[in-house]
Parts: sequence; C-alpha cells; structure tokens
Amino acid sequence: MTTSGTYAPRPGAAPLPRMIAAQAALETKMLLRNGEQLLLTVVIPTLLLVLFGSVDIVDTGKGEAVDFLAPGVLALAVMSTAFTGQAIATGFERRYGVLKRLAVSPLPRWGLMAAKTLSVLVTEALQVVLLTVIAFAMGWSPHGNPFAVLLLLVLGTAAFSGLGLLMAGTLKAEATLAAANLVFLLLLVGGGVVVPLDKFPDAAQSVLGLLPIAALSDGLRDVLQHGAGMPWADLGILAVWAVLGLGAAARFFRWE
Amino acid sequence: MCARHENPWPRRRGRPEKERSRRAADGERTHPPVSGGERLPRLGAMRCEPVVQIQALVKRYGTKTAVDGLDLVAREGVTAVLGPNGAGKTTTVETCEGYRKPDSGTVRVLGLDPVGQSAELRPRIGVMLQSGGVYSGARADEMLRHVAKLHAHPLDVDALIERLGLGGCGRTTYRRLSGGQQQRLALAMAVVGRPELVFLDEPTAGLDPQARRATWDLVRDLRADGVSVILTTHYMDEAEQLADDVAIIDAGRVIAQGTPEELCRGGAENTLRFTGRPALDVGSLLKALPADSSAVELTPGVYRVTGKVDPQLLATVTSWCAQHGVMPDRISVERHTLEDVFLELTGKELRT
Repeated sequence: MTTSGTYAPRPGAAPLPRMIAAQAALETKMLLRNGEQLLLTVVIPTLLLVLFGSVDIVDTGKGEAVDFLAPGVLALAVMSTAFTGQAIATGFERRYGVLKRLAVSPLPRWGLMAAKTLSVLVTEALQVVLLTVIAFAMGWSPHGNPFAVLLLLVLGTAAFSGLGLLMAGTLKAEATLAAANLVFLLLLVGGGVVVPLDKFPDAAQSVLGLLPIAALSDGLRDVLQHGAGMPWADLGILAVWAVLGLGAAARFFRWE
Repeated sequence: MCARHENPWPRRRGRPEKERSRRAADGERTHPPVSGGERLPRLGAMRCEPVVQIQALVKRYGTKTAVDGLDLVAREGVTAVLGPNGAGKTTTVETCEGYRKPDSGTVRVLGLDPVGQSAELRPRIGVMLQSGGVYSGARADEMLRHVAKLHAHPLDVDALIERLGLGGCGRTTYRRLSGGQQQRLALAMAVVGRPELVFLDEPTAGLDPQARRATWDLVRDLRADGVSVILTTHYMDEAEQLADDVAIIDAGRVIAQGTPEELCRGGAENTLRFTGRPALDVGSLLKALPADSSAVELTPGVYRVTGKVDPQLLATVTSWCAQHGVMPDRISVERHTLEDVFLELTGKELRT
C-alpha cells in the first residue's frame, strides 16, 4: 500500500459561523426525520387546532373558537419544540455520546448550544407558518402588535429551552423521555392551551397562571385575541423562568 | 509452509514467520518495521518534543483510584497503551482528550493543557471513542460530512468512505449499522479533520479479521504520513503489529514501556518447537543439548526446547533428529511475546 501524504496533518477549525450553521442544519434534519418528534411538534398541535376549532368540545368563551385556540396552540408549539423535543433529543444525544464526541470537535460548547437554539427557532418558524395558515383557513382574525408576539415567542423559547436542557443534562435519557412527555401532557391540559384557565378553581388558577405555558398562551391571547399592547406580567413570568431555567441548566448540565 | 489454519501448534498468536525472522534480523533498531511491506518513511518534520507528556497523573472516581501516579511520554509515531480491562487506559486517554481534569499531576498534549487550552487543542487532535458518538438517526456519510465541515481542511469524504468500506451503508441510519460499521465510522470521524494526533480507544475490539486489517492498514498509512497515533488495546498482536512504542498499564500505572523488541528482549528465554512422531526419547535429546536447556513433549508429537536458542542449538537438535531417524515436519524458533512479558510483569493474563 502506498500513500502520498493523503493523511498529512493539516489541522484547523472551520470558521465559527460555518460550524454553527452546519450543526444547526444537522440538528434540524435529525428532528424532522424523527417520527416521534414530528408527532409532538406538528401533528398534535395541528390536530388540536383543527379538532377543538371545529367541534364544540370545550367552552372557549364568547367569540370564534379559533380566536381562542390559535394563540394557545402557538404556545403549545413553542413548548413542544423548545422543551419536550429538545429535552428528549438532547437526552439521547448525551446518552449515545454525541455530546461527548462533539465536545472534542472544533465546535465550542457554546457554539453547540447556539446551534441547538437556532435549530429550535427554525423549527418553530415552520410550526408558526403551518399553524397560522391552518388558523386563517378556519377563519382566524388576529389582532395586536406583531412585535409583542415575537417577544413572547422568544422569551417563551428561552424559558422552555432552559427547562428542557436542565432535564436533559441531569436525568437519564429514559427518565427525560418519560418526564418530558408527562409534563407536556399536564401543561397541555392545565396551562390554558385548549382549556381556559377560568374553568379551574380560583386557587388553582393563581398557581397555574405562573406556569410558563400559561404565561405564554395567556400573553399571546391578550395580544392576538384582545389586541392588548405589551402583556408585561406574562413577559415578566417568562423572563423569570428563562433566567432560572437557563441558569440552572448552565450550572447542572452534565455532558456525559 | 502449510496453511495457518491447519497449524496444530499451541503457539501464541503472533506475526507470520517471515515477519518474525525479519524483526529478529533487525537487531538493535529502535523502531519496528511495518509489516506487510517495506517500511515507509514518515513525512513531516521530526519534532523533538513529545506529543503526549503525562507526569504523576492521579484520577479518582469516588473512592476508586482509576489512575494512580501514571507517567507516560509518547513521541511521534504510534504508541500503544496496553493493559487489561480496568487498568486505567480509557481514563488516561480521556484525560489527554480534555474530558477529565486530573486530581493531581500534569498532562500536556502537543504541548498544550487539554482542559485549559482545549479550544487550541481540539482542532489538532482526532478522537475515536470506544462507542457511540453519532446521532442515532444520522447516516454514516451524513455524520462524516458533518464532522468534516467542522474542520478547515478536511480529507476527501468520499475517498475516506470508500477506503473504510462504508459505501455500502447507503441510507441506513447509525442505530441500524453493524458494530463493525459503527466502529469504522468512528475511526473515519477521528481522521477526517487531518489531525496531527489521533486517539483511538480500542479501535478493533470486536471487529472481524478483515475489518481489523483495514483498520491496521489505515493506522500504518497515518503513521507513514506523519500523523501520530495513541491507541489503547488489549490485543497483543495489535500492539506488536502497529506500535513504535508500547506502554503497559496495570492498576493505574505504567509498569513497562519500550519498543516491542525492547520489551520482549528483557530476560526472555527463547523457545524452539518442532513436531515429529510421538513419544521420542526426550531424555536422549536432553543429553545432546547444553546444560541450561530443557526439552519436553508438550502434546504427543509436539516438542519444545527452551534455552539459549542459537544456530548451534538448532544444529544440535536437527542432527539429533537425523541420528534418530526423525523428520521434523515443522520446526520454528519463537521469541518472547508481549503477552509473556505482561504475564511476567503482572502475573495476570491480559485477556480475561
């Protein structure tokens, strides 16, 4: 066997933006290829919107059901991607040594996290487009300030990402899988997504209102359904969750 | 020579006879020749500083001490870290890769601190983990292309896929690849960024002989092109075949280090084996041999002579055979193997 310097060392890291873009593209591809993830991020929100919007299952108050549902389902979409999907995917990446292997690649750890965030944002953008189109087809008439909506979505993403990564970085992959799905289900029911919070007893309402999913769906509803300005209280709740979640994830995340 | 699979001799696994004798003729050469062809020169400038320098490394997990005051210097070329399971090989290598912070002692890789200067070091090394490291839903070529994109001057991915026989993986995702394919992918990921130094942790564990040879060939090519390799293994033949330098680790320490020749030379009695008809008069043979020799019939028709094996002894044995009308249909001279050395040093079998 002859060689002609094929393997001669020529080390070097790719430019940082290229590494992060490549990483984000791969993570997004992995997510879109995964059936369970698609069920969570695309099928369930879409079905809830269509089902609850066309059949009178829950009393959604006065006005069109879709005007109540669309903001809640958008909040659910954010939670499904930033929290549940990211927690499960990252948990298994940790379990299968993907994080470990990438930790010795030229991509810095913060670069990997940036890529994950980018991948979550791209997925959310696809979800928002899909759900918005469906909602419009069902007669949705949103109001309000788009900037407030964007701010809510970004802060919600930060809050859910922190919690998802905290779970993925501290629990076993199987425990993360089970817990992330359970939390998804509980928050779907108790977070004002499809069931208005005022259906719950007063005492429960005040606690449930502090959940990130409730703050996000309530804030989106205030703006999109009622045309409110900046929903400061909800933004504040989301900001606190974001700081706590991301802080704890940064502190306790274990790469192996 | 008869086919190797018909070999009835209880010899330890080892290199083919021609390789063995050529090494013997090599005498005092410090680097062993690469087998399977003429030895190729290594490209690249010779560096004086070691690629890995470990001093008094201690690493504990809870109450268990995995590495216990380990010293190791690896120079450019191929260094094999040999030892039984649990000896501390992986911990040592993972400390070099920056995964573990030493409890005490210092580790320098390419002159850098693997933890403190990780950003500088990572582009220059290639790492093959013992298992995993790939998205379960990724295809082999997809993952390899991705790792290539993280480097400035990667190898040609298609050529590497071809070289390692990964072309047949097609659209199969990682979790459905065979163990051998997963391992070759991990190897490809370690070299695709054109690193100066490659860490391979048990690169051929569980591979079939053909895949094993492919891995060995790649390691030889890396070495010939000036890439240094640190590999852990518990296969003796792997260390003997590939390594310029071997460090034997047991219970968290390096207990011996040197070229395979150096390690095998020390205190080794040589052995001569031959086959003839069963139940020869071993006592009569012994009388013909020098005083410090011994001769036994290991299994019916297989005889072992130990002592100072030199041309004179060989002549004595063959002339004794001639006098007694014995046609030795096989006769061979064997040297101490790394496995013998390991057994002597530790009192343990390497492969458990």
